[in-house]
Amino acid sequence: MKVVFLLCALCSVAAVAAICIFLFARGVPAIAEIGPLKFIFGTKWKPTQQLFGILPMIVGSIYVTAGAMVIGAPIGILTAVFLYKYCPVKVYRFVKPAVNLLAGIPSIVYGFFALVVIVPIMQILSDTSGKGMLTASIVLGLMILPTIISTTESALKSADISYFEGSLALGATKERSIFASVFPAARSGILSGIILGVGRAIGETMAVVMIIGNQTVFPKTIFSGIRTMTANIVLEMAYAEGLHLDALIATAVVLFVFIMIINLSFSCIKGNEMKQGVKNK
Amino acid sequence: MKLKIKPLSNPISKIVKVLIYVAAVITVAMLLFIVGYILIRGVPNLTPSLFQWEYTTKNVSMLPAIINTVEITVLTLLIAVPLGVFAAIYLVEYSRQSSLIVKLIRVTTETLTGIPSIVYGLFGYFAFVLALGWGYSLAAGIITLAIMVLPVIVRTTEEALLAVPVSYREGSFGLGAGRLRTIFKLIVPSAMPGILSGVILAIGRIVGETAALIYTSGTGSQTAVSLTDSARTLSVHMYCLLSEGLYTNQAYATAVVLLVVVIGINAASSALAKRISKI
Repeated sequence: MKVVFLLCALCSVAAVAAICIFLFARGVPAIAEIGPLKFIFGTKWKPTQQLFGILPMIVGSIYVTAGAMVIGAPIGILTAVFLYKYCPVKVYRFVKPAVNLLAGIPSIVYGFFALVVIVPIMQILSDTSGKGMLTASIVLGLMILPTIISTTESALKSADISYFEGSLALGATKERSIFASVFPAARSGILSGIILGVGRAIGETMAVVMIIGNQTVFPKTIFSGIRTMTANIVLEMAYAEGLHLDALIATAVVLFVFIMIINLSFSCIKGNEMKQGVKNK
Repeated sequence: MKLKIKPLSNPISKIVKVLIYVAAVITVAMLLFIVGYILIRGVPNLTPSLFQWEYTTKNVSMLPAIINTVEITVLTLLIAVPLGVFAAIYLVEYSRQSSLIVKLIRVTTETLTGIPSIVYGLFGYFAFVLALGWGYSLAAGIITLAIMVLPVIVRTTEEALLAVPVSYREGSFGLGAGRLRTIFKLIVPSAMPGILSGVILAIGRIVGETAALIYTSGTGSQTAVSLTDSARTLSVHMYCLLSEGLYTNQAYATAVVLLVVVIGINAASSALAKRISKI
């Protein structure tokens, strides 16, 4: 039986291997054919003219993710602080499931909501179609809230309560005690929550593709329509052929590399946290 | 004499305090707004014609999509749950934590968690739809999703198994039970609520998934009767309605059904969580 269990456990190894092989076997030759520099730093994506530069999409992904963090991280961290020390038990019983529900709403529903509510608001605020960077950033910021809230909350909770109490006893206010003494102790947990949020935002597809405008240009204002790497794949896969299709796979390879970097920094922080935990004990 | 302690305060702390409350209000208000808006706009659109057996461009019925969603969910779980639970059993009961193979399994499981769903979709499209020649089919969608939810089940099962006290195992071994019997008669049953919460999480992900399914199980609008049929789930159905741009009202109605399902899943998982904490 042990062998059966082992084989099942090896499934995830096999799956990752298969995904890597499929992506890289077609993506890397495509990058080589287009030319690595032309592909990654090329500014024009015109499949009909065989121009495959994905720099606008890379920039788009980074901008939108950064925007989502600017909106989502402060709100998420402060909400976690609220849940940690300000929230009465009765309110907690309501807010905690609400945060969980926020995490459960399908991304297509977020996209739809943004399409019918936020896009019209943006149309009024700016003279554009309403689909663009800011709209997508707001929605992604909302979508990563639950991730940031729950990791930050558990990081705060796992910090030694004596830091908080000691700080209060020394005459610091409640706010100062939390931000000046509990936060440094919970730093790595909060940071890993933010990194998880970045991973979720950069990989999000369906919500983004409906509200971001999808122009393959560099954004001029925060209302400009842009395109992310994920949107590029989902938009053009339906009809792409030949080198065009391979270029889309190559886009996925670049996305994959981004995700691997994010994962790596996440496990580095986790590793540090464990080492520190051992030291403290 | 009653001792009176004045709470400490200074201007910056007061501002921070206000910000904390504002952030919490924003979080809850956004959720209420999204759910409320979709329910208010969507419920009036839930007409009987949306629940007819056959999909036509006239009635844009979502009943086939609902049935497909159930089919895909059940079949995906049939693959992913045994694999995930067995994998977790191996990791917890059979292996040394320091061995290389365990590290490899952990790293790959974490990697699977981080991969964006569109990359799964792309992989499924090339591996199952094209390379294996299955075409847009239920089977392609199911296997893609099974890989996607596998790490969720492995992780939650692992945690649940680790939470079972060592004394259970020692007691069982002491009474002369073998390792397999101990696992299946004692450890897995006591870890059941935890395993179930993983399964519920997985159901949530399957029901909400769109990007991984569009190019694997495709957008077939009728009820799938075999594994080779193309079939759209409710989320994909909603995406199709939106991209055609003609059916906003029906999209509202679909969103309502999706939200109700998600709220149901969340209620089930918090009920389970309560049971776990009681034990």
